[in-house]
Amino acid sequence: MEGAVVLLDFWPSMFGMRTRIALAEKGIKYEYREEDLRNKSDLLLQMNPVHKKIPVLIHNGKPVCESLIQVQYIDEVWNDRAPLLPSDPYKRAIARFWADFVDKKIYDLGSKVWKTKGEEQETAKKEFIESLKLLEGELGDKAYFGGENLGFVDVALIPFYSWFYAYEKCGNFSIEAECPKLIAWAKRCMQKESVAKSLPDKEKVYEFVLHLKKVYGIE
Amino acid sequence: MANNMAEEVKLFKTWSNIFGLRVVWALKLKGIEYEAIDEDLSNKSALLLQYNPVYKKVPVLVHNGKPVSESLLILEYIDETWNQNPILPEDPFERARQRFLAKFNEEKLLPTIWAIFTKEGKDREEAMAASVENLKFVEEELKGKKFFGSEKIGLADLVFGWMANLIGIFEEVIGLKIVDERYPLLLAWMQEFYELPVIKDTWPPHDKMIIKYQALYENYHPAK
Repeated sequence: MEGAVVLLDFWPSMFGMRTRIALAEKGIKYEYREEDLRNKSDLLLQMNPVHKKIPVLIHNGKPVCESLIQVQYIDEVWNDRAPLLPSDPYKRAIARFWADFVDKKIYDLGSKVWKTKGEEQETAKKEFIESLKLLEGELGDKAYFGGENLGFVDVALIPFYSWFYAYEKCGNFSIEAECPKLIAWAKRCMQKESVAKSLPDKEKVYEFVLHLKKVYGIE
Repeated sequence: MANNMAEEVKLFKTWSNIFGLRVVWALKLKGIEYEAIDEDLSNKSALLLQYNPVYKKVPVLVHNGKPVSESLLILEYIDETWNQNPILPEDPFERARQRFLAKFNEEKLLPTIWAIFTKEGKDREEAMAASVENLKFVEEELKGKKFFGSEKIGLADLVFGWMANLIGIFEEVIGLKIVDERYPLLLAWMQEFYELPVIKDTWPPHDKMIIKYQALYENYHPAK
C-alpha cells in the first residue's frame, strides 16, 4: 500500500485540487510538484503522453491520469480509512453520476462565464446557475453530498468554489444570491483541513484569470 | 446464473444505439435476465423522462425500480451488483487503466472518428489526422494482449466494442478506410470481438444500419 506518491499539478487547477483533497482526507504523504504548463517537464510528458495534462498521480513509479479516476484509485488503494465512495452499489452509481455531471457541466460553463461577454456570457451564467441548482437539489438537507462526511461528489465539486469569486467578478453576478444552500455547503467544506489546505486563495485565482484574459486578448 | 425471483431489470435503449449495446453485452456476459424497452427518440416515453430527467437520454438501466443512467456508470453498477464474470480487474492500478481507456474512447477516439463521418474538407482532414493519433494509441495498448482486458474482455473492450461493427459501416457509407493495415492488432481485435459468443447475436441488422447511416450522412453532406 505504501510507496512513493508524487502529484504533478498546477496550483489553480480544480482537477488537481480534487486529488490533493483525496490524498489529504486519507492522510497520505506525497511530493507535490508544480508544473509550468508552458514548459512541461519531461516527467509529465513521459507519465501522461496521451493528454500531456495535469494532474498526474504517480504511485510507485506508475502513473494514474484523470482526476476522478485518481480519486477512485486513492479510495481503492487506501481503503482502510475515510471512504470517499459509499459501499452500496446504487449509492456509488448516484455519486458517480453527479461527479460526472460536475465534469460535464461546471468546468465548461464556468469557463464560458469568464471568457465571454454579452449574450453568450448571459446564457453561460444562466446555464451555470441552473446546473448548480440541480446540484443543490441533490444535496438536499445533507451536510455533504457524501452524507455525514466528505464524499466523491464533494471532492469533485468543491474545488470550483475557489473559482466562484473570479466567475462572479467577471460575470457581474452573485452565486450566493442564486444558490445559498450550495454556498453554505461550500463554507462547511472549507472548515475541513483537507479542503482548506488544497484550495488556493480566491483572490489569487481571480488575479490568475485576469492574467489569462490578457494573454488570450479577452477584455 | 439466473436472477433471484425478486430481481427486476429493465433497459431503456434503442435498436441501434451503441451506448445501450454496451449495457446489453454486460448483462449477457453476466447472464442477467432483463426486459428491453426500445425507445423512439423522437417521441420519448414518459417513463424514460421520469427515469433520466437530467439528460433525457438512453440507455437507462432500472433495477428494482431504481434508475442508473450514463452507460459507463451502468457498466460499473452492473459489475458491482453482480459479481460473476467481472468486467473490471481487482488490481486498483489496472482498474484505473481500464477507466482511462474508457474515457479516452468517449472523449477522444469516438468524437474524432465521428467527425470524419460528419465533416468535410479541411475539418475532415483534421479529424483524420487526430484519429490516426488516437488509433495509434489504441493499437499500442493491444501489444501483448488478446483483449484490452488482457485474457478476457473487460470494461475497455465493451467500450471500444462499437468499432467492431460501426467502423465497417462508416467505411462503407463514406467510401474511406478508417482502420487500415497500419493497425493489425486493432483489426484482429475487431474481428475477434465481433465473433464472440456473447457479442455476435447482439449486433443490430446490417442492412438497417447502412440505411440509417446513409441517411445521416446525406444530412451532414447535402448534395449541392
